[in-house]
Amino acid sequence: MASRTGEIGAITAAGGVGLLIIGSLGFLLPHADISRVSTADFAALRFTLLQAALSAAVSCLLAIPLARALFRAQFWGRAALIRLISAPFILPSLAAVMGLLAVFGRGVVLNDTLAAVGAPQISIFGLGGVVLAHVFLNLPLATRMLLNGWGSVPTERFRLAQSLSFRRREMFVHLEWPMLRALLPSIFAVIFLVCLTSFSVALILGGGPRATTVELGIYQSLRFEFDLSRAANLALMQTAICLLAVVFMAAVWRPAGFGAGMDRRVQLRGDWLDGPVIALAALFFALPLAAIAARGLAGLIDLPNGFWMAAGRSIFIAVTSAFLAVWAALMLAMARARGAGIWAELAAMLPLGTSSLALGVGAFLALRPVMPPQNAALTLAILFNAALALPFVYRLLLPACREVQAGYARLMTSLRMPYWAMLRVVFLPRLAPIIGFGLGLSAAMAVGDFGVIALFGAADQPTLPILAARLMGAYQMQAAASVTLWLILIAFALFWLFDHLGGRDAGA
Amino acid sequence: MKTILLAAGGAFLATIAAAQTPVLNVLTYDSFTTEWGPGPAIEAGFEATCACDVQFQTAGDGAALLARLQLEGAATTADVVVGLDTNLAEAARQTGLFAPVPSTQNTLPVAFSDANFVPFDWGWFAFVYDKKQLSSPPKSLAELAESDVKIIIQDPRSSTPGLGLVLWVKAAYGDGAAALWEKLADNIVTVTPGWSEAYGMFLEGQADMVLSYTTSPAYHLIAENDDSKAAAPFAEGHFMQIELAGQLSGSDQPALADQFLTYLLGDAAQTALITTNWMYPARTPAAGLPKGFETLITPAQSLTIPADQVETMRQAAVDEWQAALAK
Repeated sequence: MASRTGEIGAITAAGGVGLLIIGSLGFLLPHADISRVSTADFAALRFTLLQAALSAAVSCLLAIPLARALFRAQFWGRAALIRLISAPFILPSLAAVMGLLAVFGRGVVLNDTLAAVGAPQISIFGLGGVVLAHVFLNLPLATRMLLNGWGSVPTERFRLAQSLSFRRREMFVHLEWPMLRALLPSIFAVIFLVCLTSFSVALILGGGPRATTVELGIYQSLRFEFDLSRAANLALMQTAICLLAVVFMAAVWRPAGFGAGMDRRVQLRGDWLDGPVIALAALFFALPLAAIAARGLAGLIDLPNGFWMAAGRSIFIAVTSAFLAVWAALMLAMARARGAGIWAELAAMLPLGTSSLALGVGAFLALRPVMPPQNAALTLAILFNAALALPFVYRLLLPACREVQAGYARLMTSLRMPYWAMLRVVFLPRLAPIIGFGLGLSAAMAVGDFGVIALFGAADQPTLPILAARLMGAYQMQAAASVTLWLILIAFALFWLFDHLGGRDAGA
Repeated sequence: MKTILLAAGGAFLATIAAAQTPVLNVLTYDSFTTEWGPGPAIEAGFEATCACDVQFQTAGDGAALLARLQLEGAATTADVVVGLDTNLAEAARQTGLFAPVPSTQNTLPVAFSDANFVPFDWGWFAFVYDKKQLSSPPKSLAELAESDVKIIIQDPRSSTPGLGLVLWVKAAYGDGAAALWEKLADNIVTVTPGWSEAYGMFLEGQADMVLSYTTSPAYHLIAENDDSKAAAPFAEGHFMQIELAGQLSGSDQPALADQFLTYLLGDAAQTALITTNWMYPARTPAAGLPKGFETLITPAQSLTIPADQVETMRQAAVDEWQAALAK
């Protein structure tokens, strides 16, 4: 009985995602013609894979010391700092690029200082710049996921290690490595897949057509050439890579095998390195954020017409899609943790490997015979944003669900707990901080999403990102920067609110 | 409860009233409809004469408009499209969605007529710079390529100005275009997906020059009282972008669509376009150009490529650009 109810939820969620993604791509894919894949397409594929793999690897490597330091160090404002360094992940990519340019670009503090001491100036443009930007955007997520990982190691294990006087190496081998081994493949895969569909960041910071990604190819073929066949080929490539990445990730995954503890926190001894690591990371995240804030500050009060309606629309889309995403992720992650097949994982990860432009065009083609697509813009924006957030929330929830399942399965079975009681008494209280974080993350991502509304939009229904883009197009760079700053503030407020609610429920 | 019923009744009556007013759907690009764009003035001005309701539908830019039409096909609800350009005209014509238009008078510096589209404004592409930062700007594309001046351009695969530059080089250099691009490669700081990212980066000092229009300095001068920006005149001549409007043959309001195009080329709309779209009017209004426009450069030669030729050479020219810059 218990498992039946759970399965229905998971199958509904998987079916919904499948219908949305496959239903949309289904209208594009019949145009695919593999014989037309050109050498330029392969060059784009090579660059796309290279930058995505590098970005993911660097983000993972840097996240390990940062998450460890944040886990161990105790200082005033620690909770606030942890939330603050999550901010880059929810930035609209163009805002992030502008912020990074203000720090690493031409004629700014860093290069002026280098020039003053006679050192060669650095150029942010090129593969290095692309990776820098992707690390800036994704290191926060990697850090938060690892921080959850450290938090999930039962405190009894740390206490045992302390009483056995484990040194740093032994701590790593016996406690940290099994946890990292269980988490890193999925963190790598998530960031790899995010960067796979990168477009603006890769093009602007890549410095030109050498940095052509598959997503740019899709954009080009749908916008200028109206070449549905090439767009379908490229979209198919992306989906294939996504599926491979998910299967690979599932294949290398090993459980950490710590067992359950008593859910209490332990204070670990820090290390002299923790301070500098945290300070450097805070600087790396704070400087571009400060630059973005400085650009937008001047016009923060003098808002353009239609701002509040656009903000309301954005918030509505954000909150509804966040709840949808978290519900679906919870159903799928619980099902997977309780033994469901890889279908649950594929359904949850599929949205990550699909071009949102290709999805939008597919949905447009699908709706066209039924109704004017712009009438469905709001609904589709909610569904697509929920789908795009699902993989992240799923990745966040899955390890925690597995821990709970591994620790309490026998107890739950012996008590013959019904599904709802299990969800309410066992899973939800332990997952609450992650659910809060997931809701916050999804909502914040959706606020900044340009998304399908841009493709379908009726002129009188802009969301905040579209309003900002329109302002830029009309020379109103200052107003656009201010709207973007508001957008970030709203996104961050939503993120903070949900994350805070989740944290408090967990009594942390 | 009573108020809700009253409100619902009122809304119902309003719907009936709205249903009796004919609706003209205008498909245009995003920046057209902002409060700084020409949209609001043109909407109000036309509604005052037509007893109709103008509703805008938008897509990102000229290329996105075309993609939207290609996606919608005959099912499109648009009556009028405003914001294609000569480089997209042939592809737009090939959709077979556009009705013929009568030829109109215009004050363009080149002869222009098209069976399906009327020009509503136009501009010359140019590299814009800050006079305080760059004292002696290059005087030609060739000189720019030889110099170490840093520029930001747009990607011809995703932006109409980007495509305009590729065609500019092609029109000026023909078979020598690839060689010029190879020399330009080390001047290019980066390539952006669209005009606004490039222009924004230029304003923040990331490059000496940016690909824009000869009229861009007029925006800074008139709207911001800032005379520091200028466009550099190039010896090869300047490529033109002519923005076009057309009416759809499937429109259920053909008379209104006709009327709208006439209004768009009238004095009121043309005057509004100059200082909202920051382009030259297709028909200079009786009052002439606003003060400040006399400070702009006037290229000696206007370069164009006929619409049907653009369609056949576009892919090859973009491939050539990509190959030269990827070296």
